[in-house]
Amino acid sequence: MNVNILAAERISKRFDGFAALTDVDFILRKGERVGLIGPNGSGKSTLVNCLTGILTPDDGSITFDGADITAIPAWVRAKRGLARTYQIPRPFRGMSVQENIEVPLRFAVGHTSARTISDAAQFILHQVGLVDKAGRSPKVLTQVELRKLELGRALAAQPKVLIADEVMAGLSDSEVDEILALLTRLNAEGISILLIEHIMRAVMMFSQRIVVVVAGRKIADGLPDDVMQQDEVERAYLGE
Amino acid sequence: MSTQAAPAHEPRKSTLLPARFRSGFAIVLAGTVLVAATILVGSRVSEYYYLAAYTILQFIVLSTAWNILGGYGGYVNFGTAGFFAAGCYTTIVLNKLFQLPLLIDMSAAAAIAGLMGFGTGYLTLRLRGVFFSIATLALAIVLQTVVINWSFVGGARGVYVVRPEITGLFDSYAHFLVTLMVGLATCAVLAAWAVEKSWIGIGLAAIRDDETAAETSGVPSLRLKLIAATISGALMGMAGAPFPYYVTYIDPATAFSLAIALNSIAMPLVGGTATWWGPVVGAFMLGSVQQILTVTISSAANLFLVGVLLVVFVAAAPRGVVGIVRAWRRGHK
Repeated sequence: MNVNILAAERISKRFDGFAALTDVDFILRKGERVGLIGPNGSGKSTLVNCLTGILTPDDGSITFDGADITAIPAWVRAKRGLARTYQIPRPFRGMSVQENIEVPLRFAVGHTSARTISDAAQFILHQVGLVDKAGRSPKVLTQVELRKLELGRALAAQPKVLIADEVMAGLSDSEVDEILALLTRLNAEGISILLIEHIMRAVMMFSQRIVVVVAGRKIADGLPDDVMQQDEVERAYLGE
Repeated sequence: MSTQAAPAHEPRKSTLLPARFRSGFAIVLAGTVLVAATILVGSRVSEYYYLAAYTILQFIVLSTAWNILGGYGGYVNFGTAGFFAAGCYTTIVLNKLFQLPLLIDMSAAAAIAGLMGFGTGYLTLRLRGVFFSIATLALAIVLQTVVINWSFVGGARGVYVVRPEITGLFDSYAHFLVTLMVGLATCAVLAAWAVEKSWIGIGLAAIRDDETAAETSGVPSLRLKLIAATISGALMGMAGAPFPYYVTYIDPATAFSLAIALNSIAMPLVGGTATWWGPVVGAFMLGSVQQILTVTISSAANLFLVGVLLVVFVAAAPRGVVGIVRAWRRGHK
């Protein structure tokens, strides 16, 4: 499959004098699993924010599912099937865990029946392993559970593209495997996935292709093994 | 997901009303009973009680209106007095030009103050945080300056309003006004309840908790904030429309009084901002205590008390009376 589902063309973003992104091209094909890596502060999150509509790039354009979405607000992108998680979990703290999941079911998917929404939420809580926390407040969840809630809320939007921003940080090896299995299953069901992750084992296992961003520029884009052998990538990660 | 019909979690009881409509029905019932009771009581009680009741009812409407945007959505409006005064002066203008029935004045006030809410919201609600609050404060000051310099509505001198003759069910004009305010308060609370329980309220709650996360979950935040700002503004305007007839003399200092803006923030905070009944409880509590203080000590003491209670509740019970009641109920389960 070679159809692009999400593509950014030469996007740049500056914050005051600081160039967070410079002329970055990015492509995610339909059904693909792509890993996005780079040192802290390299512009990964800025790229994700531009893709999802939290930020508007200063230059360049973004297309999703065949339409230019550069100027389209975040909530419309979510409705069209572009979902994300946040690196630092951002639950709705005044709601229960299940109510958190119900927000995208109601707004992004557009369900209106209370029964449908609650059944769908239960199903998603099962998927991410939070069923026994359904009625609890996010305030009592552990960091790991909060990351699962982030993932669950993104899944509830029934996305075509899922951007998972460090959903595995702080998880144990077996939990990482659990999440990887879930993501792989979702991918098999047809969701294209962009994985932003520092755990290299997970990135290498999961990704069909790896994109490397350093200092706001894309320095590598290709098959995982090829990318990791590039001198530039090695320098960025291991130093000279 | 299972395609089978899910088993009913709660067997349907033989009531005519689904559980989700029960509160709304209770509001309508309570409102109707209170309207009827007010009509029946007539002039059997001293006029003073009507004056006190009017003030409390007015604050129920104002704090309920404030809470729709401030409590549900987390956007603090400092300019309640501006919307309230827009309602007052709509009545003044219409009264001078046409001598229309008060209900028409109130509809016009709702339209004008609702448009003001929409306009202020449209200009500032795209920005997060305090911009809306500052804009509402500025709006009230600009409007006050306009009114002060507008001699048609009395300017800084103020203006007298002659109460029309009243007939029919009502013993006096004060009696009519209080009955009207009971009706208006019922409508306002019903509107707040409907907003809270609908998709608008759920979306506003998500916005209050985390607007960015709400947007990426598909919540059209600007649209919801504008709906809330419009409803909120319209209700504040409606609360202001009968006020000139209540006081019979109105000047900008009264219509734009600080006490209005302060009370409509303090009352929901004291009562609890998350539900429709928090502002009602807060307005009733603070409003009654203020009336008692005004009579027993001095009218200056009541604003002092609002300040003290506000600090106490924000520090000790940030979820207000609603939060205290809920914690108590949980403890007794």
